[in-house]
Formats: sequence, C-alpha cells, structure tokens
Amino acid sequence: MTEQAGTRHASVVDAVLRDTLHSPERGVVVDSPPGAGKSTLVVRAARELAAAGRRLMVVAQTNAQVDDLVDRIATADPNLPVGRLHSNEPDPYDPLLDAHESVRTSAKPADLAELGVVVSTAAKWAWVKTESPWPQAIVDEAYQMRSDALLAVAGLFARALFVGDPGQLDPFSQVGAGQWAGLAHDPSVSAVGTLLAHNSELPRHRLPVSWRLPASAAGLVSSAFYPYTPFTSGTSPGDRRLAFEAASSGSAADRVVDEAAASGWGLLELPERHTPRTDPEAVAAVASVVRSLLTRGGLAYGERSPEPSALTQARVAVGTAHRDQAAAVRAALAAAGFPEVTVDTANRLQGREFDVTVVLHPLSGRPDATSFHLESGRLCVLASRHRHACVVVCRAGVARLLDEHPSAEPVELGAEVAFPDGWEANHAVLAELAEHTVRTD
Amino acid sequence: MDARALAALAANPGCHRRALLDAAGVDKRAVAERLGAPAPFGRSQFAFARGHSFESGVTAEGGAALIRLLCRQTGEEQPEPGSVRVPELTAAGPAARAGRTALELRAAAAAGGWSLLDHPMLSLPVAGAAVHLEPDALAVHPDGSVTVVEIKSFPILDGSADAAKVGAAARQAAVYALALEDLAEVREGALLVCPEDFSNSPTAAPLDLRKQCAATRRQLARLTRIEEIAELVPAGAGFAPSRSEGELAEAVASVPAAYAPECLSTCELAFHCRSKARAAGAVEALGRSVRGELGGLRTVEEVLKAARSEQEPADDPAAAALRRAARLRDAALAEAACR
Amino acid sequence: MSLISVLARAEAAESGRAAPLATVRHRHLAEHPLVLVPLTTAGEDAAPLGALVGTDRGAPRLLTVPQPRNRELRSTFLAALAEEVLPHIESAADEVEYVERKETEPETGKKVTVQAELCLDAPQLLVPNPAGAEFLRLLGRATRFRRTAEEDAQAAHPSPPRVPLLGRWLSHYAERARVPGSSLLLPVTELLIRHWATGQSTLEDQHLTALLAWIAPPTGTTGEAAAFHAELARDERGQLLVPPAGPSTDPAFDNTLLGPAIDRFDAGVADAAADLARLVEAQLRPTWDAVWQAVDLLRALPPAAHLPARWKRDRHSYTHHRDRVRAGEPPQPRRDDAVTAARKLVSREQSQAELDAQEALDDPLTMAERRLAGEAFACEVLDVTMAYSEGKRPMPRPLVTCRSEDGPLPGGTARLHRALPSGGEQRAEVTEHGEVFTVRLTNGMGRSKEPAEGSVPEPGERLCWTLFEHAPRGGPGLPEPEATPWTHGGPPAQLPEPPDAFTPEDRL
Repeated sequence: MTEQAGTRHASVVDAVLRDTLHSPERGVVVDSPPGAGKSTLVVRAARELAAAGRRLMVVAQTNAQVDDLVDRIATADPNLPVGRLHSNEPDPYDPLLDAHESVRTSAKPADLAELGVVVSTAAKWAWVKTESPWPQAIVDEAYQMRSDALLAVAGLFARALFVGDPGQLDPFSQVGAGQWAGLAHDPSVSAVGTLLAHNSELPRHRLPVSWRLPASAAGLVSSAFYPYTPFTSGTSPGDRRLAFEAASSGSAADRVVDEAAASGWGLLELPERHTPRTDPEAVAAVASVVRSLLTRGGLAYGERSPEPSALTQARVAVGTAHRDQAAAVRAALAAAGFPEVTVDTANRLQGREFDVTVVLHPLSGRPDATSFHLESGRLCVLASRHRHACVVVCRAGVARLLDEHPSAEPVELGAEVAFPDGWEANHAVLAELAEHTVRTD
Repeated sequence: MDARALAALAANPGCHRRALLDAAGVDKRAVAERLGAPAPFGRSQFAFARGHSFESGVTAEGGAALIRLLCRQTGEEQPEPGSVRVPELTAAGPAARAGRTALELRAAAAAGGWSLLDHPMLSLPVAGAAVHLEPDALAVHPDGSVTVVEIKSFPILDGSADAAKVGAAARQAAVYALALEDLAEVREGALLVCPEDFSNSPTAAPLDLRKQCAATRRQLARLTRIEEIAELVPAGAGFAPSRSEGELAEAVASVPAAYAPECLSTCELAFHCRSKARAAGAVEALGRSVRGELGGLRTVEEVLKAARSEQEPADDPAAAALRRAARLRDAALAEAACR
Repeated sequence: MSLISVLARAEAAESGRAAPLATVRHRHLAEHPLVLVPLTTAGEDAAPLGALVGTDRGAPRLLTVPQPRNRELRSTFLAALAEEVLPHIESAADEVEYVERKETEPETGKKVTVQAELCLDAPQLLVPNPAGAEFLRLLGRATRFRRTAEEDAQAAHPSPPRVPLLGRWLSHYAERARVPGSSLLLPVTELLIRHWATGQSTLEDQHLTALLAWIAPPTGTTGEAAAFHAELARDERGQLLVPPAGPSTDPAFDNTLLGPAIDRFDAGVADAAADLARLVEAQLRPTWDAVWQAVDLLRALPPAAHLPARWKRDRHSYTHHRDRVRAGEPPQPRRDDAVTAARKLVSREQSQAELDAQEALDDPLTMAERRLAGEAFACEVLDVTMAYSEGKRPMPRPLVTCRSEDGPLPGGTARLHRALPSGGEQRAEVTEHGEVFTVRLTNGMGRSKEPAEGSVPEPGERLCWTLFEHAPRGGPGLPEPEATPWTHGGPPAQLPEPPDAFTPEDRL
C-alpha cells in the first residue's frame, strides 16, 4: 500500500462519517470506483452509527450482497447484534450466517425490531410497514438501484448514506420509459440520479483509491470509464506479481497468460469472423486460457502477505455479455475439470473480486455493435474485477466494427448525458489491449 | 455539403459509397434520379412557411428575445434593452462571408457585452476542401465565449421533444461547434429554440454537445482517409449525373455500400442501394438486427439452405441454430394446423 | 430478433409473400371498433387537416379543416370529431356487472370487500399506425385543458362543449395504449407486424399498404412488387398512387394540390371547401379501406385463449376512467408525479411479463421461440414416483422425471412452471438437472392426499415446462402521492392545472 493513497482514502472516509453522523443534510452520497473499499466503509459506518445509538437499516440490492454485508459486519464486530431480514422463498439466505451468534434471521420485521442494525434487500424492505421510521439508513449499490425501488423504501428512514459505483451498469427497465425521460423523478433512472436531481445540495464524496485494481489497471479504468472523476491504484507497480511454476508450452493460451502475468493485461485474438453469440472457438479459447491459469502452478504475490497464495478455481472468474455465452463457457469448463470457476454475465459479476479474470469481449465476432454491447458500464464491470490480471478473448476486427457503428442516438431533453461514451471507452480499452496481443495459431 | 449532410455521415459510417460521394461533393439526389431510384424526400410548403415564420419571430427585436431565452438557461443577467449588437454579416460569396463572420466574432468578443450573429457563415475543412456552413445564429456572451443556437420548428411539449429530432439537432450543432473551434471559445452546451407546446412562441432548452462533438470529430477524421476508398473507383469513372445510366451505375457499383433500411430516411441513394441489396438477397435488407445471430451467413438463400439442410452442419453454429429453429417452427405450425 | 422470426422473414423474401409469426390472434378485436384515420398539416404537430371516422366500413364520416391555420375552423372540426367519437366511447358506459374489490376503509384502516361496477365491454379505437395513435395523444393533450364557455365565461376562445371531454378520453386511450398487451387503442400496423413476417424490414413494415401487400398480395403479383408500388409509384403529376397512411401528408400533395386548394378557399372561391374536402377524402379513403382489410385478415385468425382475461383489464381501465369523469375529477395532469410514474412503470413491466407468458402459452409458435431461447423445455415424461410432504397433513409431492427435447436443463434452474390441462399453473422444484431431469410438483393437485384427477402427468405424456412464471405477481406497492418521500422531491403540489396560455397564433 502506498502511504499517500492511504492518507487520501482515510481523509475521505473521515469526511463521509462526519457528514453521516453530524451533517444537517438528510443524505450523503459516496461514489466509489471499483474496489475502492466501499464494503469496508459500509461496515465501518454501520458500526459507528450503532455505537452512536442510531437505529440503522441497511438496503442492498441482491441477497448475495446482503449476506456478504451481514457476514462482514458480524465478523468485524461479533458483539453487535445484526438482523438479517429475508424472504419466504426456499433457501432465503446463506446458511453461513447461522455460524454468527450475533446474527438473527427472520422473514418478519417485528422479530428484528429491537436490533440496532437490520439488513435486507430493497425488494424485501418494500414490503415493510412501520409506524416508527428508522432514523438512519445505508443504501448500498445505490447506482444499481432503480429510482422506483428507492421510492418504495424511502419512507422507512429519515436520513441515509448512499454508496455505490457510478461506472457500473445502469439499471434498466423491460418496457419503454421514454415518456418520463428528463423528469427529475424519471422512475427508470438510478436512485442516485433521482436523489440528486431533487436534492442537489447533498454532500458528495468520492473514494479516491482502488485497492483492488493493480497499478496496471487503475489508470486505464479510471481514464476510460471515469473521465471526470479520476482515481488511482492503492498499490505500486511491482507490489503484485503473478508467477507460474511450469514454463510456457509456447501455446497461444500460455503466451497470453504470461503476457498478462507480466503486464496485467492480455488479449488473445482469434481470426476475424462473424459468429453467433456462442462462438465455439471463442468458448474453447476461453477454456484454454483458464486451463493455462490453473494447471501451471500459478502463484499470486501481493501486498497483503509476504507468502504467495495459490491461484485456485475460486480466484479465477470468466465474464461474458450474455447468459448463453456464460452457459457455454460453464459447460466447457466443467468438461475440462474446472467446475468451480465462477462464470457469469457482467450484471452478476458487479461488486465481485478475483485474482485473475478472463473476459469474452462483448463485441467479439459480432456483425454489428448495438447499444447493449457498447454500454460502457458492461465493459467497465468486466475490466475491473481483477487484483492481478485480466485476459480478454476476442475476434479480430472490433476496431473497425466500432468505427462503422452508427452514432445517431436520440437525445432526451433534460436527461442527464451518460458518460463516458461507450464508443470512446471501448476504443481506449482496445488501444491498451493492442499492446498485449497474442494471436491464436 | 451542409451541416445536415455532415451530421448525417454518422448515421452509417460503414458505408464507403456514401462517404466517397459526400466527400467528393456529388449530387446524390441527381445520381439517384438518373439511376431510376429517386429519393422521395421533399419539403411541404406548409412546414417551410411555419418554420420560416417561427425563425424570423425568434430573431426579431434585434436579437433581444433570443438573448433573453439564453440568459434564462444560463442564469446570466439579462442585457439592457437595445444593447445587443447584431453585426452586419453580408459579403459577396461564402468565403467572404466566412471571413466577415470570423472578423465580427473577434470584434464581438473584444467589445464585451452581448452580440448575436444572425445567419453567419463558417468554414470547416472536410477531406481537404473547405465546406461552408450556415448556423441559424451564434450568441457571443459578455465573456467572449460563443453559444451555438439551433432554431427548430418541432415543438417542446411540456418540457420534452421528439428525441430523434433533438438528436439530429444536436449533431448538427456539433458540426458548427467544431467549425467554430479555431475562431472562438465555444460553450459545451448549445441552445435549442423551439415552439412551446402548441403555440408559435419560442421556448428554449440546453443541448449538451460533448458526445456529438466527439462523434463528429471521429467521422471527420475518417473522411480524411477517403483517398483509400477513392482508389477503388476505376480510373476515368465519375459520378456526373450527365453520364449514361449504365456508366453511372457502374461507377456507383465500384464503391461498396453498407445498405441498411435505416438509410431510407437519411440517404438520397438509399432506394438504389436497397434494390441492389434485395436483388443480391442480402440479409441486411431485412434489417440490421437480423444479422446478429447469423454468423457468416450473408444471404437469404444461404440462410434458408442452412435451415433446410438434412444433415447436422459440422462446424457452423449459426447453421446448426437455424436448423433447430426451422424444426421447432415447422413443428409448431403443424401443431397449430391440427387444432 | 429471434431466429424463428429471421427464418420467417427469409421465407417471405424468398416466396414474395408474408409468413406467419403467430398461429392465433394475440390482441382483442372488437365486433364494432371505431376506426379513425387522421391527417395533419405539415409543420404543426397537432393541427388536424381531416379525418375519416366511424364504425361502418361502408359509410365513414369525413371531417375536414379547409384552412388548418384558422382557429375557428379547427374548433368546428374538433366539435364534430367529438360528436363522432364520444357516442362510441360512451356506448359501453352503462352496461355493467358487479365485481368484488378489496378496499381499505379510511376510518378503521380495515380491508373490506366492496361491490364495484365493471363495464361489460369497452369501446375500441383503431388507427392506421403508431403515428396515428401519437396524434390522438397530442390531440388529447391539446384539448383536455381547454375551457368551455360554461366553465369560463371570460375565455377568449371558448372551446366547443364536448371537446375537453374528448381530450380527456383520447388522453386516456393513448396512455392505456402504452401498456403492453392492452387493446383499447390499437395501431393496425402493429397488429399485423405481430402476426406476420414480411420479406422487408420492420421499418418498411410501418407503411400500412406495403405491409398489406406482403400479407395479401393482389393476384398476379408478388408482395415485394406490390409493396414497391404502394411505396413509390406516382402519377404524371408526381402524386403518389397510394397516399401515405398519415397522419403526415406527402409533400408533393401539399405543394401541388392542397396548397392551391387552400388558397382558393382563402380567396373565397365558391365550392372551394367542398373541393378541398374531396381532395382530402381521396387521400384518406385508401387508408380507411386498408384498415378494414387488415381487420378482415386479423379476424380470420382464431383468438388466443388469454384474450378475455387481458381484455378484462382494458374494461377495468375504461371503467376506472369513466368513474373519474363522472366524479368530476380534473383532467389528467401534464406530467406524472413521481409516484404515478413509478406505479405505471412497475405495472407495465408486470403487464409485459404477463403478456410474454400468455402469448407463449396460447401459441405453439411463440412457445417455440421461448424454447429456442432456452426459456422453455418440451419433454416426455419418463417416470412418476409418488411422494408426500412431511408434516401432520402429508400432501402429494410427486417426483416427475422427464427427457428434454430442447437440450439439457441447465444447472442452477430452481423452479419450473407448466399449464395444467384444467387451466391454472403448476409449479415444480427441480431436483435433478440435465438432458433427463427430475422435478417435484408442489401445487395444483388439490387439497386431499390423493392428487386431483389430471393434475399429475403420466409416463409417456408430453409436457412443456417454462422457466418463467405464468402469472407474475405484483410488487408491494408504492406510497400514496401525498406521502412522496424527500428523496423524490416530497409531495407534489395539489393545484388544478391551468389551461394552456392563449398566444396570438401564427404570424403567417
């Protein structure tokens, strides 16, 4: 950890806590780039609010996020009673939580009423009715939350700390919402979008350091996806290292893995060809990269410990744009003997962290780029999940595909212009990857 | 070539035919007519009259009304009545008018206070030649910076407007902003002036041009590589509408097009390209989105052949998916027929 | 676009004739719909030029505005339009059934069951295309805030009596049309596009006559040739042989024929108004006939099984607006407040999910698309093992093993759904994934220990399991607008909306 980064991070965290505990404003917003210590901040804020005797509700977006937060709070402070409000579905929460004595789980809010901290999903909170609102809430992943979901729960609390990553995928709706575009309370935009449109005076903070992204990635991710809100890496070049006990066989997969180990990025480029989404050659190439990562005795050296940790299936993830691509990769990896490698779409990888990620480029093999494939948040999620290295698998020709993409987008009056532009972000990433290209034989 | 045509380049940047003909200043409308596929674009006299009456209303009163709308958006102080300068911009020929505009822009910035340049002339180098552009108006702020003003006749109803039209206006304004870059400090936001609700009185909205400026810059940079495309055209071929239909068709055919149905509303040659694409059985003629899952299959014939194939295709996943889709479809239609 | 639709388009392109995209009709078609074909004046979005309107295909009523810039003539048109449209819209208002509805008593906060009226039918409006529906929305917006002389004696330009009411109903129908699967107001191009794939693109399908040319090509020609003729063929004066379906007119018509006709009217030439009406009728009539041709084609399709259930929601919507009007409530506001907007968005998403599920259940061709997308699995039942739940009253929870026809059921799939032969939805928990998979049925078998007749499949039977729910449940609801929280700007102002300001129109 660089000392200066630590100081800058600490001063922002102090300001956030000061505003949360003492500001006269009802809300505080914290923008957190990938891996900037958001969860740690939420846990710390929860503990300090509890210590100050302020009853706290925590709103997260998915059950996995809720379970993770409850686990972190209970681990950080085993004496702080935490309620996990859950649904009536089968397997409503991670059974790991039962190991914490301080955690109480229930599907009924009344069972948890007297606990200082209660955590649940926005969907579950929306069913809760109360006569006495919580004095304080923390809304986690607030940029992933849709405005109407915040509307459903905002009556439950008097004040709130909103935390999230503005560079990730925006919420979306299954039906057209154009008729509300430009309204301050457009129900289809992010919760933070609506909140700030109505409460522009709220204090806003930005965590300035990514502790996850290595020095090789922070610069690119910051300039490509956060052009107006830069951040830096908490580690210096050389703090993190990836080494393999077995030498390269000379195969393209081994070479691209070595390139990524050395530089933080690798592009395995397949011959140019138009393919359907589940391109069998690209899927096979992804599997070969994963095999190379996991069968050569990979060791990850980092700033946390002098001893390296082994690169295992749990520390590697594959990211795709579409579910059917994820399913095809999953099947290929299961057949290759790597069933525990996480394979998922960008949506589901949001908020997660691995040592190495392998990404099937959203535009690989496509005859045309669509706004779905160009959405900068998608690429941002895929390119910012790793602590050490990221290998992208892609067919050649994406640069031209981007050049030929029509940019005749409609413009809604009054609606916030989304930055960065997907086109620019995609080109910035391609330009970086071009330096680390290995072509298949 | 005008700002609208330049802005329209972004609608299909993959089309070499359009890029070359536009860069060479060819009259596509005349070419299309000669090829027997005239573009059905026209403007109604009613639309023209109303647009004209609206615009002249907006720029009346020596520009004061327009500056008022602008100040309301930016929060700047309204100028004293009669204090807005409206310099005379007439000159002989577009180049002289562009020179005069540049001169007056500098003078306006130096003078401080508000100025309104009504129908100025700007010049922008496109693929090596100067293209002259005539924005509706430019407003020079007291700090010397310039706002591009786009006056459009579609309404802003209850604060919102047709997003496709606003998008086109923003792309057009971005072309002006780029042409102004060397002359003045251009503001990132343009001012869109439209009729309010169902009336003919003006209202305004800000237009953020950052994305459109970046996109237009990219398109213009591509146009400078036009020589590479031009090499495809056989020596001696040309696009003069006076040439015979056969010669012209051959010259046009020598430059590859990237037809998509979206072209029909933006390009004068589109109906010609459509008939060629249909004759070739190109799947793009059925829509851009049709291509998505077809992989390397490019024609209707190839698609149907793959779908009807008796054998499982060895290596083409697109063909395999089509074959399965065809089986499912046939079974569903048969099931419905039995009911 | 799904590969099944792509194939249908490719087939149509090859054969020159549209290919089916549906085997049943997925939208309600009234026995007596009101057809409205509007035309506008170029340059102004809500300036009507004329319309053909009526429920009798042989006898439409022609309405025209001989000088579209003239406010009084426009008022006359709107008043006449109200007299044509409102009797149709009001025709279903008084025949009602009674349905039970849960309401919260304001004093006690208790949920009580009340009897509420539900109109037995709802009047349907058909327009040629989405632009026509959008025009009705604009017309509704332009007229619903106007004041009649009775409401405001000082009004400079009082509205004809029934025009604001027409505006409110048009606004309601246009807003309802944004709900997926609703059928109060339908553009017929959308109806046709849902049921047939042509050999051209969906953009070109927006041209009603070209679309019809593909679906029912005139004898001796192909769809492509007939569509080309409909789009582009012109006479020696440069006029389109098939006028556009509106509401925009062809510029060549404006400049060559309409402009001079209006000039003659302005000059006070005798019969100028009648000449102009004939001109406008000639533009409208082909579209009017095309709409009815489309209705004939759609009626030939058997109705989908879920149509009555969805149409009931339209009847609710109609009844609800009838009640608002009768209660003297003010016209719909210009913009939705935060709560109303969010409620609409959520309920439309629910309608979309419901529509997607129902269309698949009603139509094997739509289900085929879901199977191709891996969202449904047709299979043969291999084995049924009876099992029971634990607890005091064991309930049947049989295990059903199936062989998939649509590839292996992917791991991670927790729950499946199927339609019971008796109607209703049966849910099952997946216990084993793969090409051969096993599920445990969890409902739909009645209340006794023995499962109800026909509720458990037999070995050898063919089933279709879906990953999606058939009747997606609604969410928890949102606060009342008066309780809008601070994050969304607090409660909206409760002021009645003023009419649009009067402006000296047209500097022409």
